[in-house]
Amino acid sequence: MPTKVIMPKLGESIVEGTVTAWLKEEGEKIEEYESLLDVETDKVTSEVPSPASGTILKILVPEGETVEVGTILAWIGEPGDNIPDEGKDIDHDDEPVETPDDKSIPDEAVPQKEAGRDEKLGYISPVVSRLAQAKNVDLTKVKGTGMDERITKKDVLKYLEAQESKTEAEIPIWETPADGDLFRPTEMVFAKKDEELPPQKQTTTSGVPGETLPLSPMRKRIAEHMQQSKRIAPHVTTVMEADMSRVARHRAIVNQEAGESGIHLTYTPYLLAAIVSGLKAVPLANSSWTDQGIRIHKHINLGMAVALPEGGLIVPVIMNADELSLVGIAKKVIDLSERARVGDLKPDEVQNGTFTLTNHGIKGSLFATPVINQPQSGILGAGTIQKRPVVVNDAIAIKPMVYLSYTFDHRILDGASADTFLAHVVESLENWQ
Amino acid sequence: MTEITMVEAIRQAMDEELARDDRVFIIGEDVGVRGGVFRATQGLFEKYGEERVMDSPLAELTIVGVGVGAALYGKRPICEIQFADFIYPAFNQIVSEASKMYYRSNGQWTVPMVIRAPYGGGIGGGLYHSQSVEAFFTHVPGLKVVIPSNPYDAKGLLKSAVRDPNPVMFFEPKKGYRLIKGEVPEDQEYTVPIGPAKVTREGQDLTVFAYGMMHHYALQAAEKAAEEGIDVEVVDLRTLYPIDQETILKSVRKTSKALIVHEDNLTGGYGAEVAATIAEWGFKDLDAPVRRLAGPDVPAVPFSHPMQEWFMVNTEKIANAIRDLAAF
Repeated sequence: MPTKVIMPKLGESIVEGTVTAWLKEEGEKIEEYESLLDVETDKVTSEVPSPASGTILKILVPEGETVEVGTILAWIGEPGDNIPDEGKDIDHDDEPVETPDDKSIPDEAVPQKEAGRDEKLGYISPVVSRLAQAKNVDLTKVKGTGMDERITKKDVLKYLEAQESKTEAEIPIWETPADGDLFRPTEMVFAKKDEELPPQKQTTTSGVPGETLPLSPMRKRIAEHMQQSKRIAPHVTTVMEADMSRVARHRAIVNQEAGESGIHLTYTPYLLAAIVSGLKAVPLANSSWTDQGIRIHKHINLGMAVALPEGGLIVPVIMNADELSLVGIAKKVIDLSERARVGDLKPDEVQNGTFTLTNHGIKGSLFATPVINQPQSGILGAGTIQKRPVVVNDAIAIKPMVYLSYTFDHRILDGASADTFLAHVVESLENWQ
Repeated sequence: MTEITMVEAIRQAMDEELARDDRVFIIGEDVGVRGGVFRATQGLFEKYGEERVMDSPLAELTIVGVGVGAALYGKRPICEIQFADFIYPAFNQIVSEASKMYYRSNGQWTVPMVIRAPYGGGIGGGLYHSQSVEAFFTHVPGLKVVIPSNPYDAKGLLKSAVRDPNPVMFFEPKKGYRLIKGEVPEDQEYTVPIGPAKVTREGQDLTVFAYGMMHHYALQAAEKAAEEGIDVEVVDLRTLYPIDQETILKSVRKTSKALIVHEDNLTGGYGAEVAATIAEWGFKDLDAPVRRLAGPDVPAVPFSHPMQEWFMVNTEKIANAIRDLAAF
């Protein structure tokens, strides 16, 4: 029997995915676990392995189309295999629940019966319910011959046989992927969401020569997230500076001891560790706004923005950073950022952050006003670390200094509480040992 | 092709494997001089000598313990437990040692051992010579559990079991030893792979899943039902662990009704696993509740003849269950 390829659920909150590329064509042979297609979600791009060995019988969803999780994308089997009807598959776990009142049923509405007791018709078995829905059968017209005149599978099949001579063959569902129940375009499902976005103003298009870059799903999602964040949360940014002398010294010693083979520390793990200590001191900064109240998170999950080589950025999350040592954090930073750059993150690794660090100083930026990564309450930006003259005990000293810009949600924090947090971060860095 | 009995097919399989591979040896109670209480090893002691067909003390723990050790040493032991009822003293060796060796040594060590044991009642054996024990072992990853239902499969599966690099529990329906006859190729070497179940009778109305002696009865019951116009499909599960989900679900998809039959007690029996598989993966194909027909939940097969008949699942009981399910 042919095996179906379905749109995988690439993470807890993922409801749809875009087929970006088919790596094999219809009619080609494929081995189980061999890469079959690329799928992009708003979070990551993943290669989807083939669930079976065989020949690709049918590709149902073309490249570029976005479909719901659970949608059948293709069938794999042996040449000559019949592709089963929708729903006849054994692998139901990821399919959307079929509801009898689904609006996509063609022709006139036929009352559908779910499996279970029915007042008039008696017991409706799962296969009878499924057949009736798939073939649009009005069960009240079928004569039952089972126990207590229950309608059996055979009764439905006989009824269908009798009908078949009257009506011309239906177009199989896989021939019309855009119309069927399973293949409803996501625009229909998510139409409201898109309408909420303000219409794009066509400002300078006419007359000025130029080219329009198509929007990648990532670009769209960044735009959506940034716009939404700015709209719902009143952003306030506060800036402090920190003397990194002790951190620099510590880092030099650790890296020297580690030698060639060990973990080499950057400043990022120190900043993350300092954020952890700040969040522990001011738990309010590790929170989310909800309509029910301010939710203080139990764990500290730190996101860190990583710029991608082909543009855009991604924010992998170090889960439970409060339970990790400095070296533990450093290992996570190296692992996540390396895999982020080659597009190898798992969807669950970019979720559930409670606070974010952005290292905007890499190219020399001193301080910035970062935008909060919703639904978090704050984001800390670290500028470039540079030696500056500072006054210490009425003398001028040269110190490696960094500006820390903390953008917080003013619904949750006020200037005083926000500055308490940031001061803790600074203190932690300046007194590092 | 010649028609032979189950027990003769099993004897042939061991004879051929002993001749093929001198690492193979047999150990068990009375397997040597006496040729086994069911004559499954008759003539092998004379042919291969006492080092290859070994009489053991009356100690099942030793039989299997020796088997595990010899297998690790590079031998291919066939351990015979005279009656499956006696296997419990060896349970620890089977479950704690044999089944886990490959896993716990990360594949560096294997136990290429077969444990043969006649099982099942209906032979007047009473409490301690009639038990079905398969469910204890189908719960243990690391074991393979095989139960043949006819001479051809018995020979082919036993040969596969001897050659398998990991431990195989091979339960033989002793009531069928001489009762079930079938054709086996005389001059042609063959094996039957461990794993796949087999559709032994095609039908449209419902499927009976069975193994061992009950499969034999299921085919007879299907014949009876056919006379009444009920078209029964019969699946011989053959390998219980690992379970062949694909064959099971394919048949359920076709017939939409499933009856599972085994002689072992109902509760926690192997039928529960088949039923759960169907419920989990084949729910939308079902036109009736999944049914099980099994031995009653009493501690053992009784000795008294009428009571034994009450316990045993037989052709008539299966035919009745088929009629009920067909009428649903």
